[in-house]
Amino acid sequence: MLQKPTRPAMLALRWLGVGAGPTALALAFLWAGGCFSPARVTQNRLMGELHNAGSYGHGFRRAHAKGVCVSGWFDASGDAAHLSQAAVFHEQHVPVIGRFALAVGQPYMPDSGTTVRSMALRFMPPDAQEWRTGMNDPPVLPLRDARDVSDFFASQQIDPATGKPSPARTKAFGLTHPWLKSAAEKNAHRFISSGFADDTFHSLDSFVLVAADGTKTAVRWTMIPMQPVKPGDGKTGDHDYLFRTLIGDIHERPLQWHLVMTLADAHDVINDPSQIWALNDQTIDAGTLTLNSIESEDGGPCTGITFDPLVLPPGIQPSDDPILQVRSAAYMRSFSLRSGEKRSPSAVTPNLIQTYESKKS
Amino acid sequence: MTRMASFPLLSRVLHWFMAVMILAMLFIGLFMASSVGPNYHRLVTLHRPLGIAILVLAILRLGNRLRSSIPPIPNDLPRLLRRAATASHILLYGLMIALPLVGWGMLSAGGFPIPLWGQSVLLPPILPHNPVLWSWLRFAHSILAFVLFGLVLAHIGAALFHGLIRRDGVLRTMV
Ligand code: HEM
Ligand code: HEM
Repeated sequence: MLQKPTRPAMLALRWLGVGAGPTALALAFLWAGGCFSPARVTQNRLMGELHNAGSYGHGFRRAHAKGVCVSGWFDASGDAAHLSQAAVFHEQHVPVIGRFALAVGQPYMPDSGTTVRSMALRFMPPDAQEWRTGMNDPPVLPLRDARDVSDFFASQQIDPATGKPSPARTKAFGLTHPWLKSAAEKNAHRFISSGFADDTFHSLDSFVLVAADGTKTAVRWTMIPMQPVKPGDGKTGDHDYLFRTLIGDIHERPLQWHLVMTLADAHDVINDPSQIWALNDQTIDAGTLTLNSIESEDGGPCTGITFDPLVLPPGIQPSDDPILQVRSAAYMRSFSLRSGEKRSPSAVTPNLIQTYESKKS
Repeated sequence: MTRMASFPLLSRVLHWFMAVMILAMLFIGLFMASSVGPNYHRLVTLHRPLGIAILVLAILRLGNRLRSSIPPIPNDLPRLLRRAATASHILLYGLMIALPLVGWGMLSAGGFPIPLWGQSVLLPPILPHNPVLWSWLRFAHSILAFVLFGLVLAHIGAALFHGLIRRDGVLRTMV
């Protein structure tokens, strides 16, 4: 249907036009995917760095790989009800599924008293939206943003000669990140309790509570054990002694924690979890967590979900703490990778837990 | 140059409106899935309602497309190209509907709550909680998104081919 023959030069120009549109879009697409920004911290990059730092993979969480499922409930005290409309702060006996874990990527690592421990929880009020949170036991996070996180994991890369991260790299990370020094020192000198049951767990990241009238309050929270607290004796027991002790403790009696909210005052830094908050901040006991049952991850209810810290109900909002977004993105990617992989049995097997049940009866 | 009948106004409006939305979604999706902040959460929060809006509009648009008479593909186009044109149009409709459904389905299978608007308007799950299914659908969401992007590129290239090389008025039927 070409009416007048076109000059070859014009035709070439037109063909250029036909090619230019799609090419420009394709380039823009590659840009959006980070192909031209090698410095960008991506989800894949974090997963790669975790892998090089010894994370085992094969169906297990990329971090906090060695763990066990627990369940119980939460009773609100009502004292935080004026700060947040979230159902958890108003209701009694809210069902909870949780997970205790060691914050390492190796699911078969021998238990050790100095390894960071974690408590992750999923609150499921029957008639309201759920809330997920993951907490660690050190008092502060020696990381400020995505770049710190990536640099840190990269510095923990396993040296093939020793099978461990190289001390020189770890030291270099400290030297190149002087702003994390006080947080790292605080954690290095932290009190270490004897096990999971008497441990204190911290949100580390900051969140914003929203009251029914819209008032916002920046908070961090802490789970404080009601069990008597004993210092760790520095001795390590058998390969799984921390988990065995936890199984024994929970079979003896339900374990309880107070959920304590710390309210930011004017001087506290909200958007940087490596900054400690003032010690005289107001605190509120929001309620009591009771955990009365424990199950292996194999077939347990905490395996097929991820404790994404941004799964929040109305009444709790993310703060502008950048680590929250890093975690949300990394947990989703870790969750999709591990869910598609074939997985071997957990270190804490259903059998191990069974032995305590039969002892009890 | 022969003057062809245009697409009905509603079709043209829907076409351009959705073209912008779909391109935006492809870019938002790709960018957020390869970043960890500081806009990650904001983009994920935008990605869900925009995707669902595309699903609703795509269904309306398919209904509209099946009901209205539209300009035919020119007869003098080689048979193979005509076939390719028809097939790519069917595939585009299919993906506009499948991609958001896969997004919604994968979050359902992953056991996530799926906020649609703010924190309190949630989408109900459309699949049972099943982590293996979640993993597969998450993978499928990426693959289908890349196929859609490839089709969009080919579609734009073809439109420009009609407009600049063949100058057969096909491009004009949609503008
Ligand atoms: C600094 C950046 C961090 C990164 C990149 C990161 C990464 C990860 C990853 C990949 C998982 C596995 C998720 C899954 O497969 O479901 C995980 C689990 C976990 N993380 Fe983090 N994490 C970070 C910081 C933190 C912080 C600050 C805390 C606590 C305050 C924390 C607490 C937890 C807990 C409790 C779990 C276990 C949750 C579960 O069992 O799914 N993480 N983390
Ligand atoms: C026409 C509609 C949609 C388009 C074009 C689209 C496109 C995309 C793209 C290109 C990606 C990145 C894939 C990758 O790089 O791996 C993505 C990821 C994603 N999409 Fe969609 N999507 C659509 C609808 C939806 C809907 C309706 C939902 C949920 C209700 C959804 C949820 C997600 C999620 C959760 C991710 C992963 C984010 C991450 O990995 O951090 N999408 N989407």
